[in-house]
Amino acid sequence: MRTLIINGRVIDPSQEIDGQRDILIEGAHIQGIYPGGKGPKADNTIDASGCIVIPGLVDLHTHLREPGFEHKETIATGTMAALKGGFTSVCCMPNTDPVNDTEAVTEYIIEKAFKEGACAVYPVGSITKGQKGESLTEFGALRKSGCIAFSDDGKPVTDSLIMRRALEYSKIFDVPVISHCEDPQLSRGGAMNEGVMSTTLGLRGIPNAAEEIMVARDIFLCELTWSRLHIAHVSTAGSVRLIREAKANGINVTAETCPHYFSLNDHALESYNTNLKVNPPIRTEKDVEAIKQGLKDGTIDVIATDHAPHHADEKNREFDAAPPGISGLETAFALGLQLVDQGVIDLKQLIAKMSLTPSKIIKIKKGTLNAGADADIAIIDPEKKFTVDPARFSSKGKNTPFKGWQLKGTVEKTVFMGKISEWA
Amino acid sequence: MDNKNITFKSKDLLGIKDLSQEEISLILDTASGFKDVLERDIKKVPPLRGKTVANLFFEPSTRTRTSFELAAKRLSADVVNFSVPTSSVVKGETLKDTALTIQALGADFVVIRHSSSGVPHMLSKILDISIINAGDGANEHPTQALLDLFTIRSHKKKIEGLSVAIIGDIAHSRVALSNIYALTRLGAEVRVVCPPTLMPAGIGELGVKTFGSIEEGIKDTDVIMTLRLQLERQSKGFLPSLEEYFTLYGLTAGRLKLAKKDAMVMHPGPMNRGVEISSEVADGPQSVILEQVTNGLAVRMAVLYLLGGVKK
Amino acid sequence: MSKEILNSKGLERALTRIAHEIIEKNKGTDNLCLVGIQKGGVLLAKRLASQIEAIESGHIEVGALDITLYRDDLNTKAEQPVVKATDIPFSITDKTVILVDDVLFTGRSIRAAMDALIDFGRPARIQLAVLIDRGHRELPIKADYAGKNIPTSFNDLVEVHLKEDNSDDRVVLLNEQ
Repeated sequence: MRTLIINGRVIDPSQEIDGQRDILIEGAHIQGIYPGGKGPKADNTIDASGCIVIPGLVDLHTHLREPGFEHKETIATGTMAALKGGFTSVCCMPNTDPVNDTEAVTEYIIEKAFKEGACAVYPVGSITKGQKGESLTEFGALRKSGCIAFSDDGKPVTDSLIMRRALEYSKIFDVPVISHCEDPQLSRGGAMNEGVMSTTLGLRGIPNAAEEIMVARDIFLCELTWSRLHIAHVSTAGSVRLIREAKANGINVTAETCPHYFSLNDHALESYNTNLKVNPPIRTEKDVEAIKQGLKDGTIDVIATDHAPHHADEKNREFDAAPPGISGLETAFALGLQLVDQGVIDLKQLIAKMSLTPSKIIKIKKGTLNAGADADIAIIDPEKKFTVDPARFSSKGKNTPFKGWQLKGTVEKTVFMGKISEWA
Repeated sequence: MDNKNITFKSKDLLGIKDLSQEEISLILDTASGFKDVLERDIKKVPPLRGKTVANLFFEPSTRTRTSFELAAKRLSADVVNFSVPTSSVVKGETLKDTALTIQALGADFVVIRHSSSGVPHMLSKILDISIINAGDGANEHPTQALLDLFTIRSHKKKIEGLSVAIIGDIAHSRVALSNIYALTRLGAEVRVVCPPTLMPAGIGELGVKTFGSIEEGIKDTDVIMTLRLQLERQSKGFLPSLEEYFTLYGLTAGRLKLAKKDAMVMHPGPMNRGVEISSEVADGPQSVILEQVTNGLAVRMAVLYLLGGVKK
Repeated sequence: MSKEILNSKGLERALTRIAHEIIEKNKGTDNLCLVGIQKGGVLLAKRLASQIEAIESGHIEVGALDITLYRDDLNTKAEQPVVKATDIPFSITDKTVILVDDVLFTGRSIRAAMDALIDFGRPARIQLAVLIDRGHRELPIKADYAGKNIPTSFNDLVEVHLKEDNSDDRVVLLNEQ
């Protein structure tokens, strides 16, 4: 079975392609890219007029919630949400129940994803047993059963010695350690960013320093150990500054931010909408500007979603008591396109930050439209407007602060391993 | 003063932040009428006959709850009190369900006190009936600020141009925040005085002057508001000791001399004598602390009366 | 369409007559006090008091009564009426209270006023003096003293203008058209 995608603007950062091309898919793989209108005969064609045809997006930071929290999300619904958002690969964080700290859990996730998943799932193993921050998990066994990185996401590794050991030990397997940077003493009891807004809302604040202290620590540990450190969900100007300086000094650190850290500032919380509660918190406009600058100059390598679905009953609570998190897979690319509209980054950079670069960090052969690569493709109309409506999300998590936002950039079709899904 | 064309925009009183200067004046003027009622032999008037006020207190507060209860009863409303130990909240019922239950029981007003900021705002979206914020977390305590304004106005005739010092645990005080909004909106100069560990982030952006020294902070002020210091602040590391707090920030007769001769001394109660204020000052001639309590009734009656007229 | 019912002279004459009637009916001014209903009744009560004082020489106490909180239509109005001052700085117990209002219409204000008054004490008797009685009673209430009875239709408006409010003394009937 051969399918030819025609009339689209193909953008593939891995080959520096941006122009009218035809893409031939055969089975689960890309057969080749041809000049526009020059593609060979195929069994069927997909007309991508007006659309960009790009590598399927890769999310470094997803919470699929299974096993243990199936009322929030399952591997089936989470991967379907991913596909709908143009993602064909997601890395799922280990804070499940049980924690993904053993081969058994990793194997369960991979098997479940194979049976019920709509896209590729790459498990992230926990750094410490039970995410308790005390003793390392069996990186070797976890790596062998399919983990592509290690993180205690959601819980910072507070013991610097454990973090040092994790970074050192990860070198055996050449995998990144993803760090959730937070000093839990400094952030204790906090519900939002510390500043004039937390004061006027009477909510306890989390200072920027709670993140930056740990970013600084981990950068020094990375330098000490010559390992691969990836900083998760960067939200502050100070973190951007630290990472920029570390990169300038040749330290092997990469970093991600999430759409909510460049799309919102803390003034949005005025409504006490618990869907705006996220960790790290939505920061000030000054931080938003610094995040954008970091994306522009390459300090921040990746845009990840930190897709964190919750049940409505859990969010429909006192702000202090509501769990942090945003259901992000189905709005991420459209929010990223706003950066292109604002002139922060260009379309090719956006696509690279959401496909090629994350693939390189976890060393998977995705994020490219090279001949022979997996046929993972997103076909997106970058001009088509839509209103964010969580009721139409495939994710079980309807917890989005972007409800009602007018965005552009609809995912029209997603191709995963040659299989075409169409979103009317 | 003619308030004929001013009406309440909202069915709820969630905070001073949302009120216009005119709305604040309307409440204070209306409260004057109720202050008169409270001075009569028969202190009960009929405007809320047949209405029900539900006091929903998730934090213990005998004073505020009693004040609202009495205010409602003076207006001939029926009052029901839900407090945490007696309600089904302890059985794991969600806040939302508790609120809906109270509405289904036919309450017309919910007076809510909760330790989490924003809870009244959340209820206001869920319920059709009037919500009155009786204190939410470290956010607002609007009726306390209104009664403070009423008390100041009855002594100083106007608020505009006055210099008011607020001393104490600003970071955790909903009384401070509501008063800052109210006083600045009516044109007073507001000074906040506290140790830096209790000074909230970005407070200067609200149009107040900040002072770390009580002597500088209260110099030449017309009004001094002392706040209750929650005694657990010490154990949480905000302060080394209560004794040191009193030494550095306690309002004493000696310090009071730095303010204007006729400066008023206020406290929202309950007081920690010898922690934030000396007994000599609390019981002294410049203290209006008990008057604040009486005025609280009049102000809460005014709020209930005015909200009772907003079409839902 | 508007029509003048009383001019300044006529209004003054009506008040003088009422003052005389009050004295006559009560056989003097012993134990007498006047309470005006906010807002128009208060000004009229003050004028009546000075007329009575001029005739009988002596002091008549005058109070102001706001009936807002006793109205029977609070639940049906779109907004709460403004609460005005009630100022009765004397005891009404065992007194003869002359309740004064500008216009007597449905009688509901008077019912509210009597309820309010009784919360202040137990008067020996209450009498009612009004400048205009325009009919259309909805309650069994009748004025003891009326300046002028005029026929109106229900939707007409009767406006009483007084010089204390920076206007000429006059009473005007506004037709519903």
